[in-house]
Amino acid sequence: MSKVNITLHVNGDTYSIAVEPWRTLAEVLREDLNLIGTKIGCETGDCGACTVLINGKSVTSCLSLAIESDGKEITTIEGLSTQGDTLHPIQEAFIEEGAIQCGYCTPGMILSAKYLLDRIPEPTESQIRQALSGNLCRCTGYNSIVKAVIAASKKIKLKKPLQN
Amino acid sequence: MTNKQNPDTQQNVIGRSVPRVDAPHKATGKALYTADMKLPGMLYGKLLRSPVPHARILNIDVSKASSLPGVKDVIIGKDTPGIKYGNWRLFPQTQDEFPLAMEKVRFIGDEVAAVAAIDPDIAEEAVGLIRVDYEELPAVFSVDEALAPGAPLIHDEIEELEGNISIDRNIDVGDLEAAFARADLVLDDTFTLHAVSHAYLEPCAVLAQPDTEDRLTLWTSTQTPYIVQCLLASTLGLPENHVRVIKPHVGGGFGGKMELRPWDFCAAFMARRTGRPVKFVLSRTEELATGRRRHAIKIRSKVGFKKDGTLVAKDFEAYLDGGAYNSMGPTATFLCGNFGAMLYRYPAYRYRGYHVYTNNPPAGAMRGFGAPQAMYVSETQMNIAAKELDIDPIDLRLKNAMVTGDAIEGVTKISSAGFVESLQKVAEMSGWKEKHAAMPPNKGMGIGCYSFISGGVFNWFNTPYHFSACEVRAYDDGTVHLLTMASDIGQGSDTILRQILAQSLGISVENIRITSADTTMTPKADLGTWGSRVTLMNGNAILDAARKIKENLAQIVSLKFNLNVIHEIAFADGRVFAKLKPERGISFAEAVAMWVTANRGRELTVRGYYTPRDKGLTTPAYSFGAQVAEIAVDPDTGIVTVEKITTAHDCGTVINPMAVEGQLEGSIQMGLGYVLSEKFVMRDGKTLNTTFLDYKIPSAEDMPQIESCAIETYEPEGPYGAKEAGEGLAIPTAPAVAHAVFEATGYRCKELPITPEKILRATGKLME
Repeated sequence: MSKVNITLHVNGDTYSIAVEPWRTLAEVLREDLNLIGTKIGCETGDCGACTVLINGKSVTSCLSLAIESDGKEITTIEGLSTQGDTLHPIQEAFIEEGAIQCGYCTPGMILSAKYLLDRIPEPTESQIRQALSGNLCRCTGYNSIVKAVIAASKKIKLKKPLQN
Repeated sequence: MTNKQNPDTQQNVIGRSVPRVDAPHKATGKALYTADMKLPGMLYGKLLRSPVPHARILNIDVSKASSLPGVKDVIIGKDTPGIKYGNWRLFPQTQDEFPLAMEKVRFIGDEVAAVAAIDPDIAEEAVGLIRVDYEELPAVFSVDEALAPGAPLIHDEIEELEGNISIDRNIDVGDLEAAFARADLVLDDTFTLHAVSHAYLEPCAVLAQPDTEDRLTLWTSTQTPYIVQCLLASTLGLPENHVRVIKPHVGGGFGGKMELRPWDFCAAFMARRTGRPVKFVLSRTEELATGRRRHAIKIRSKVGFKKDGTLVAKDFEAYLDGGAYNSMGPTATFLCGNFGAMLYRYPAYRYRGYHVYTNNPPAGAMRGFGAPQAMYVSETQMNIAAKELDIDPIDLRLKNAMVTGDAIEGVTKISSAGFVESLQKVAEMSGWKEKHAAMPPNKGMGIGCYSFISGGVFNWFNTPYHFSACEVRAYDDGTVHLLTMASDIGQGSDTILRQILAQSLGISVENIRITSADTTMTPKADLGTWGSRVTLMNGNAILDAARKIKENLAQIVSLKFNLNVIHEIAFADGRVFAKLKPERGISFAEAVAMWVTANRGRELTVRGYYTPRDKGLTTPAYSFGAQVAEIAVDPDTGIVTVEKITTAHDCGTVINPMAVEGQLEGSIQMGLGYVLSEKFVMRDGKTLNTTFLDYKIPSAEDMPQIESCAIETYEPEGPYGAKEAGEGLAIPTAPAVAHAVFEATGYRCKELPITPEKILRATGKLME
């Protein structure tokens, strides 16, 4: 089958590429765009390591075809901190709270956390656990990750300019 | 308990929750794992695996696969040198694997052929075009079947073997018969412990690059670069030094990545044949369907007590389902026996352990190998005995608990033990006495304990080199480079080892660069990450190197300030100075610069080594701990909710509290999976649940509230008094939860895992 021309807006950059229609977004991000921060852990949408944001919503990119993202805005872990080397508050919190061990689930976990905090800036612990339940981790036991999301929520609140 | 504090631990780096040095790279997606790497001209490899559990290979036709456009190489066993390998080099007859099957296949998933092609799709298509004719043989899928008279021989090619038992282990301590005669209560139970997956998030991957002059570089997802280097060289028929193994970031291992694996060999072999880099990345389905797993073990345990709870004897018999190959099974067989005798004082103990071949996928090392099974049995029997003897389960344990100085004759000696303190502390923290006596209906509280090794002593790999080694280079800008084969696989050793070196040299962690691990750069050798050995063993090698650096720099400072010989030279805050006259000193950087000048341009590079000597057969040091689980059972559905886990544990000096907490919480997750939700569903040797949808590891929503306390002992053999915190903690959750389930429902689990169905049957809610 012939390739399809698509345009992906990834982390603020625009890529016009030709892909086979059966390629998953995860594959294309990793193999064609060299954005290897998106990890592949299962290829069946069960582990969440490949989580990215498409138009702001979290998606397991191993179950999403690249052509479905034609024209859409995609955020991968590489695009989370927009200003050079500055870390996003979620990344800072993950580092400080010991929420990272082997690190393989980390990019997906951080993006799921971002999707949660974008919708619910001050989530309860059970909301956090529910929001992260599609992201498997075998190292941390999740508690430090939950702590990190709570800490990130506070950090983001402090950074926001005061209203009126 | 030996609780003397080493004066050095009063300083700043040891005992501090230094954030992981690799965390920023991992948080930003920059950290490179093997699967992330690409090289120009790289080929993609795929494996053909056996679809049958036991068969003779009659013929393999690769012609269609080879002629598929884009395929650059296809190999089968006959194309390879056909050299067997295995981790237990000390006993060559245990080395029972070929990189690709030669005459026979022995389990569903056994590697038969490999393809390298210009893209992964072509490689996969080519694998499907290989035609193999098998003559199927009778197969066995349990220890009982494998040991039955007339059972098919799985390794008929190994002359030393008469049946399917590949290795056995006996321990005999004391007069068993006489001891049992003194018992007032004898328990005799049989337990069936099941196989579970490591379920590390990063599937195995390898990238091999042919080098000039017949040499080879391999990047692989491994815990043991040295073992891979040695065994890859031997299977390729190359000198060890021709093989360079580099460990990139590794996405978890838990024991599942400590061997040479067929894809390592195939990548290397095809890279040499094609002259191009070759990469393999396993799928999750391959991992779950064919990957290594924790041993399923059948254990019969007979244990005797006096009326007052004093243990008198134990007779422990274990049959390990090793699957088709030995892998790390011999070690699991040894450890199961050693740990059957741990935690409590058994005046008489007998162990008979058998590692049995079956046609199941091979089991290997997995977090605690042999110990979680042995201690599930020991701890459950302690809880049964407590009930029978009407003694509180914690009091029964306190009565028999091992203390510093205890020994198992001919096996081991305990140089530090905080077990009694752990039991007392966990009772206090969990409010055991009051709560346990008055649990509401359908709620339960249970206890489980553990002990584990801080690295193994038995040299099964038969390394001629030191068990651990490192190189330390000190530079005139005040920075230091630490080079070691000790492997960070997510547990945080790159951080912990830097903390140990920083503490020892009195410099900051930020001033230490680490290379771990690259077999051409790092000194020979280090056996890698397994058996919770890195902190103690590599930590000691680092202390050895640091001592040599300090001797050299002490000379410089002594000379510069004309210090009286009685002065102690201190290393702290980036300075080298007379301890009692701190003004007489210079910066670490200046000291190194002066040493270089004084030595006419030589660089200050030293090597440090550690090998445990005269430390028995098991380990230089043991961790201990106790854990209480509080659970609720829904009486209608049988579903268990774990509400709280409280742990008190002795890992010696805590080097990094955040890292230890991470090990504890991760262990609880793995322990909960083991006891409640994880199980391979097998049919005739075939693993049926091969995705994370139906192989259920606990999610964030399944985790209980966690409280813990570190009981700090000082381990004399450990660096700054430290011992292990990586594997032992994975042991107590299963017996603690099982005990709590018994208290809530009356169901005593002797066949893991605990399922709602088993509970409902036991409570009469579910009939046949």
